[in-house]
Amino acid sequence: MLDVSRIDVAYGPAQILRDLSFSVRAGEILCLLGRNGAGKTTTMKAIMGLLPLLSGDIRLDGRSIGALPAHHVPRAGIGYIPQGRRLFTELSVAQNLEIGLMARGSGPEVLEDVLTLFPRLRERLQQRAETLSGGEQQMLATARALCLQPKVLLLDEPTEGLQPSMIEAIREVITVMRDRGVAILLVEQRVDAVLSVADRVCFIENGQNLETLDAATLRQDHAILERHLGV
Amino acid sequence: MSDRTKTLILHAGLLVLLFVLQFLLPAYHHGNLARIMVLASYAIGFNILFGYTGLLSLGHALFFAAGMYGMGLAIRHLGLSPSAALLCGLAAGVAISTIAGLLALRTVGVGFMIVTLMFAQAGYLTLLYFGEYTRGDEGFVIQQAERILWGLDLSDPTNRYFAAFALFALCLLLTLWLVRAPFGKVLVAIRENEERARMLGYDVFAHKLGAVVLSGTLSAMAGAVYGLLFGYVGASFASVQYSIFPLLWVLLGGAGTVLGPFIGTLFMFYLIDLSSGVTTAYMLIAGVVLVALTLFAPQGLVGEIRKRFWRGLP
Repeated sequence: MLDVSRIDVAYGPAQILRDLSFSVRAGEILCLLGRNGAGKTTTMKAIMGLLPLLSGDIRLDGRSIGALPAHHVPRAGIGYIPQGRRLFTELSVAQNLEIGLMARGSGPEVLEDVLTLFPRLRERLQQRAETLSGGEQQMLATARALCLQPKVLLLDEPTEGLQPSMIEAIREVITVMRDRGVAILLVEQRVDAVLSVADRVCFIENGQNLETLDAATLRQDHAILERHLGV
Repeated sequence: MSDRTKTLILHAGLLVLLFVLQFLLPAYHHGNLARIMVLASYAIGFNILFGYTGLLSLGHALFFAAGMYGMGLAIRHLGLSPSAALLCGLAAGVAISTIAGLLALRTVGVGFMIVTLMFAQAGYLTLLYFGEYTRGDEGFVIQQAERILWGLDLSDPTNRYFAAFALFALCLLLTLWLVRAPFGKVLVAIRENEERARMLGYDVFAHKLGAVVLSGTLSAMAGAVYGLLFGYVGASFASVQYSIFPLLWVLLGGAGTVLGPFIGTLFMFYLIDLSSGVTTAYMLIAGVVLVALTLFAPQGLVGEIRKRFWRGLP
């Protein structure tokens, strides 16, 4: 579904990603795991076209999206939920979702579906986004991305700083999306959160690939984790 | 009653009130209100960019003057009819705002403010430089005979009032439509969080450019109508003062509200008018009131109403 092949990415003179490759298949959750500064968020920004590729390519369903201007990438079918949520804080929940719906001309049935996934948002449609709790804001950010009916979903630390019940709710939605065939790329710091939800795990270090493993293997053999992350 | 109905009643109510006032006001205030409605249309144009898109231009006088001179020069040198001259003013507004937008939008934040300010200064100096055609600072008068639009003599106070009213109503209804239209909603999204709007698949540059052109064109239209209604075209309308005025009016009335530009213009106009009747130091009174408003109603008059009483006010 989403193929990242041998990309190099830099902020000015500082090269962050070196020859990085991985692919996310439809209906699976791939988790990027690595220490702080390994290049996880940079990878997501590169996929979204926010950072230019020095070399390599990114393909969605075989079609190259590596050179597309940033606003074309979401329309191609990639939803991105960045760290820190980034809502339209002054607008209501309904208005936030509407902006998402308009982006690809999604109909009311999409809104209905999204509100079924996040029933809490339905109760708060008229509330201003900034008055929501942290977990609800994360739900709204996720819901808004789903309004674009993405084929691929990028989530950057979706459960950071949330209470357990919220984490559970968001994880459930991620799983539902996977079961519907969406390819999900997840960045997560907490190893236990990763292992409970991921299908495969891709380790990165200094912007380079290490190995990509089945999560099941990792669950059995914690030694691998310790080797790569030093935890 | 739904917000939508209340909104319609409020705005239609204001238009009806302005229409009726034509028959009630004494001559002096009648003339003032005509002027205020044209200037408020200018402020509405400014508000689209500043209030709804979050882009602060310090050079809107460029667009106001583009419309005014596009209209005025067409009458003076080409001998066009007022209706054709108005179209020239409008075309000048579209052209200049497109060019200014394409260039200025390469910058953001303070850079955008400085670049727009510089463009407006360049426009002002250009008017002075070509004084032979524009009559520079002195300006030129549009004769009464040249101000007859579709058989209506625009130097007649009643006709002038109705022309100003028509322009204002058009601008007001356009903003009302805009805040409900997808384009307007995306502008607000860009104001709130540009990066996010882009990540939801919106072409931010194209939308901003659209906002600059729409805003500049409305300002130009106000400039063209102002020149035609009051019979004078001069370079002072291109000066930095006329870039700051709409900012003040919009801030006072409430940025990002439909009625704010009108209320702000009305308030400021009469504040200066009344205080100058009391003392020659009227700028002092105006200054103190402005400081007080900034302190106690930072969202502007209509903005405060929205904040305190009516959240759904557009």
